[in-house]
Amino acid sequence: MPQVAIPVLLPLLMGAISLALHRHVAAQRWLGVIGTGALLASTLWLLHTVWHEGVVVMHMGDWEAPFGITLVADLLGAIMAVLTGIMGFATAVYSTATTPRGHEHFGHWPLLHLLLAGVAGAFLTGDIFNLYVWFEVMLLASFALLILGGERAQMEGAIKYVTLNLFSSMLFLSAVGITYGLVGTLNMADIAVKLADVDQPGLVTVLAVMYMVSFGIKAAAFPLFFWLPASYHTPPVAVSALFAGLLTKVGVYALYRVFTLIFTHEVDFTHEILLWGAGLTMLTGVLGAAAQFEVRRILSFHIISQIGYMIMGLALFTPLALVGGVFYIAHHIIVKTNLFLVAGAAYRLLGSYELRDLGGLYKHRPFLGFLFLVPALSLAGLPPLSGFLAKFLVIRAGVEEASWGIVFIALLTGLLTLYSMIKIWGEAFWHGTPEHVPERDVAALTGASPDRDLWKLYLPIVGLAALTLFIGLYAQPLYELAEASAKQLLDPQIYIDAVLGEGSS
Amino acid sequence: MLLAVLSGFILAALVPWLHPRLGVRAGWFYALLPAALTLYFATFLPQIAAGEVAHFHYTWAPGLGLDLSFYVDGLALLFALLISGIGTFILIYASDYLAGDERQPRFYVHILAFMASMLGLVLSDNLIALFIFWELTSITSYMLIGYDHENEYARKCALQGLIVTFGGGLALLAGFIMLAVVGDSYTISELLTQGDIIREHEWYLPLMLLILLGAFTKSAQWPFHFWLPNAMAAPTPVSAYLHSATMVKAGVYLLARMHPAIGATEAWILLCSLIGAVTMVTGAYFAVRSTQIKRVLAYTTVMALGTLTMLAGIGTEKAMIAFGAFLLAHSLYKGALFLVAGILDHETGTKDVLKMRGLVQAMPITALLAALAALSLAGVPPLFGFIGKEYMLEAAVGAPSFALLLTVMATVAAVLVVAAAAIVAVRPFYGERIETPKQPHDPPYGMLAGPAVLGVLGLLCGLAPGVPDALLISATASSLAGEPISANLALWHGINLPLLLSLFALAAGALLYHNWERVRGWMGRADALYARGPEAGYERLMQGMMWCADWQTRLLQNGYLRHYITTTVLTFVVLVGYTLITRFDGSLAAGLDVRFYEWIVAGVLVAAAIFACRTASRLAAVAAIGVVGFAIALLFILFSAPDLGTTQILVETLTVILLVLVLFRLPGFVSFSTRNQRIRDGIVAALLGVTVTALVMTTINYQFADPISAYHLEQSVPLAHGHNVVNVILVDYRALDTLGEIFVVALAAIGVFAMLKYTLTGESQDRHRRLTRAQEQTTGDSAERAEGERQES
Repeated sequence: MPQVAIPVLLPLLMGAISLALHRHVAAQRWLGVIGTGALLASTLWLLHTVWHEGVVVMHMGDWEAPFGITLVADLLGAIMAVLTGIMGFATAVYSTATTPRGHEHFGHWPLLHLLLAGVAGAFLTGDIFNLYVWFEVMLLASFALLILGGERAQMEGAIKYVTLNLFSSMLFLSAVGITYGLVGTLNMADIAVKLADVDQPGLVTVLAVMYMVSFGIKAAAFPLFFWLPASYHTPPVAVSALFAGLLTKVGVYALYRVFTLIFTHEVDFTHEILLWGAGLTMLTGVLGAAAQFEVRRILSFHIISQIGYMIMGLALFTPLALVGGVFYIAHHIIVKTNLFLVAGAAYRLLGSYELRDLGGLYKHRPFLGFLFLVPALSLAGLPPLSGFLAKFLVIRAGVEEASWGIVFIALLTGLLTLYSMIKIWGEAFWHGTPEHVPERDVAALTGASPDRDLWKLYLPIVGLAALTLFIGLYAQPLYELAEASAKQLLDPQIYIDAVLGEGSS
Repeated sequence: MLLAVLSGFILAALVPWLHPRLGVRAGWFYALLPAALTLYFATFLPQIAAGEVAHFHYTWAPGLGLDLSFYVDGLALLFALLISGIGTFILIYASDYLAGDERQPRFYVHILAFMASMLGLVLSDNLIALFIFWELTSITSYMLIGYDHENEYARKCALQGLIVTFGGGLALLAGFIMLAVVGDSYTISELLTQGDIIREHEWYLPLMLLILLGAFTKSAQWPFHFWLPNAMAAPTPVSAYLHSATMVKAGVYLLARMHPAIGATEAWILLCSLIGAVTMVTGAYFAVRSTQIKRVLAYTTVMALGTLTMLAGIGTEKAMIAFGAFLLAHSLYKGALFLVAGILDHETGTKDVLKMRGLVQAMPITALLAALAALSLAGVPPLFGFIGKEYMLEAAVGAPSFALLLTVMATVAAVLVVAAAAIVAVRPFYGERIETPKQPHDPPYGMLAGPAVLGVLGLLCGLAPGVPDALLISATASSLAGEPISANLALWHGINLPLLLSLFALAAGALLYHNWERVRGWMGRADALYARGPEAGYERLMQGMMWCADWQTRLLQNGYLRHYITTTVLTFVVLVGYTLITRFDGSLAAGLDVRFYEWIVAGVLVAAAIFACRTASRLAAVAAIGVVGFAIALLFILFSAPDLGTTQILVETLTVILLVLVLFRLPGFVSFSTRNQRIRDGIVAALLGVTVTALVMTTINYQFADPISAYHLEQSVPLAHGHNVVNVILVDYRALDTLGEIFVVALAAIGVFAMLKYTLTGESQDRHRRLTRAQEQTTGDSAERAEGERQES
């Protein structure tokens, strides 16, 4: 069915057209908003189809699986695709008012489309080598977005980013090579079938750990996260927001995919490692954030700690834990992107991301304060926002498994996350405008020189905050989605049958 | 019922729109809501007094076990009435207290949202819903303590309250989840009937401790009591409402609510009664030690909360009755006293009782109301506070364990509280008049309504104790006990030990107040000890956390790419190596069939790689890398992949030429690393090489299934119509990969083009630079830059 191919091919096409229009910034802008809007629509169509008709499969070039490349959307893939669409659209709208003009001249829009293509491709491919290709598309697109502008800090961050990610790619490719050597196939469903029959399970576990390390780097798990805090605070904030929402989640998604579909033969070993990783990731991330005083850096470290919760859901590997994990991913993407967008709005008003330069936002912009509190408190897991329900699910799963260590860390991390969010709130919103900030820099804040484009920043922020509130107050739809997708993940046969045909194994 | 609970949120959401349209009397308008709610809840009184309960059920998110069910029994109704009743007067009071403050709308948003949360908390029949409302009260309390948000002290106090209560809240969440797992239900009324099963379960002790931790932090029990006096940074209506009458009682409410399910075990009795008693004495002590009127009252609140906890711990029938009576009495007199304190602050411009004297002439009505409430606080008959205290003493005397200890502590606390009552109601009003910052007079009637109604209610309840008893107190005690109890409250019990203790407390308290100056001096000497108390522990903990955060961030995210690479590589080596050694029981490929010329190519390859690392000349390094590439091409050709070999040779040649062109003008390598660093890096690199080699040599022995390439070869001509199968794979079988790779190349081109042609200049950057100039960076990701700059200079 073509629904599964459109979210991948559409942004590729948009990227190509944008590139062709490189002299016409206004046209690229329009295409940016319309293209990402269309992407969102196509992913919603895909989710609708998957929900009603089950796993959607498309064999590219009509080569039957496992001989060609198969695109597959199960519920997890479709949910991730929808989130890609939402984030793409939100950041595209935001970009129209915040991206420096030079960035737009030198490829901001094509890069944005191609990044989304890479992300969507990764979520929807059913082929392990093809996944590698989409990782490469993502890596190059994000690298180019990172260095756009050519500031020294950007270069420094980008070099760390690309070096460590290339190491991950190298490991990934080696693992794919070994996989092909062992079972002679690249289709993930086929790999799952063939590895299940292998009489040398130890070797399969070794392979699993290779994938784990490679995807762990992409997901920014402990102790492989260094590239993230080194680079995420350097590009324009719309780009940071998109990265923050989506990139690490591709790594998390890949972990979910291979550790539910392929490597489930030695859960005691592999998922135990994941559990340790999850706990340490939560803790080091949140402590890292506590040590920061620049809003984007604080938020970047929080990405890491939140990744820990998602991996915790996978590592506990019970139905409830997976429901919680999927719920967490969905909640987190929306919230995290939004926090960066709010930080960008504060920057727009005050010209800085440093806490010591910020202040007076609550006094002059109480509505922005509310828009910050919704995602910030949700991130910290305060009820009744989406983050509370997500945390509640994974913690309940932990309690049921009597994994006290991880439950304790998850709760403690919640407290420290709140501490960080309140730090931003106290310094940037409650605190008065600092005295050392010159008068002209607060003109935009106090309304002395109104900013006519500000609504373009507010629009996506309001939309995402509304989504967070909706998930919190009316959790049942997302819960049912997450529950159904967890069911699919725990029964890989559904996926395998959809790809290879009934009774193929 | 759903509307009753949620109406506060709805009104709160409307405040920003409504407020400008309502003018100065907005508070009166908002007060209509709690007034209506009070009436609504009052309609439940007959039903509850008859010993029935009411259930309401609304689904919310059933998948999560989350329902909006409400359960009205004596305990819940008593709280609901207090919340809505006192809330009415607080809103009216605030409209005068905050008159002219531009932040008023925010105050009403938060306090209305708080009221709704508090109602939800006490009425919820679902553990998770209760928890949600619980946390909502924490966050609204945070917003209200920090009302004066540009003041650093207010921010600090607000944060302290939030961290303590939210931290306890997390423990509570864990406890609730465990309770739900043990009892297999989220419905509180169901759990209450399963007390025996829960108490038998092996998780009982941890889950009870976690729930107690949540309750104790919220209700400011020792050693978490310190946040409550600091919460007095809030405006007085907030202190009166949240930090005395309602929110801080949430923890006590929880103890009472959970008592039938998890209470009455040895551990419960020990913890609740002793911690409660310690809190009670601590609170009473510091009430007398303080001179700031709101702090005096805050500490008497701590005392009252301790008393209630102790009563919930003692758990006898008398204690249950005392719990209900004391709770009601305290809410009435303490609400009134705080409002009086607010009047004093508002009218005199100071909060320090030492700076106000002889105000009775200027503010006679205030003085009268203060006296009425303070007499109740001190436990003077015939006020209701006397009955509360009588029953409390009686419960302490009759406690099943530690009776003597508890009685002594209760008596000491009672003595101190009598003095505290005098400090609040006698000291400012009588004696010789001294000048205050503002010229005092009785406040507008809006501010007097609250203390008047609450004070008179305290008197009426004392005179006719049968009314509150029949309506509520017996029902409340029954909720605690989980079985019907009839209280039969009475003012006169005959001459018994509690009465004598009461009289002693009054006399000793009066004496204490008479010598207050001297007593305060003695107490001051113990301040050094207090400086090492729980609050210092909190500060220490926060500092420790920050230190730990700094330390670990500097250690991990230290800015050096080589450190990042080393860690990443070692993680891979350790994890994969460990798995290979422990999990894999086959063997490495031992008898490799290697020809001598293959050895030669491999030898050249390794030698070139080592040379590339060691040479000081860039050109030589490039040439060596070229040799590596050509050696690999040769291997491809030897293993019959001539097309790959050709490609590799082309790529290598091009790379070497480009690199030579670029690097040719650059100076030779400078060595930045020490010999030891290089040895360490060499070891890491070697470990990676060894691991990958071991992996390859292991896997090469195994092939579990036939590769799909057989199909590719077979169908290349008939289906794909291509004679070169490599081409067919690239453009047909796996065309999507190729498409992706084409875009990868395009992306690289965009990136390189932008890197060469586009550097950010102009206004936006200047502004950013100006602000970020010379600022400290906290991660090390600038350390490397600093190092680089040193080297340049």
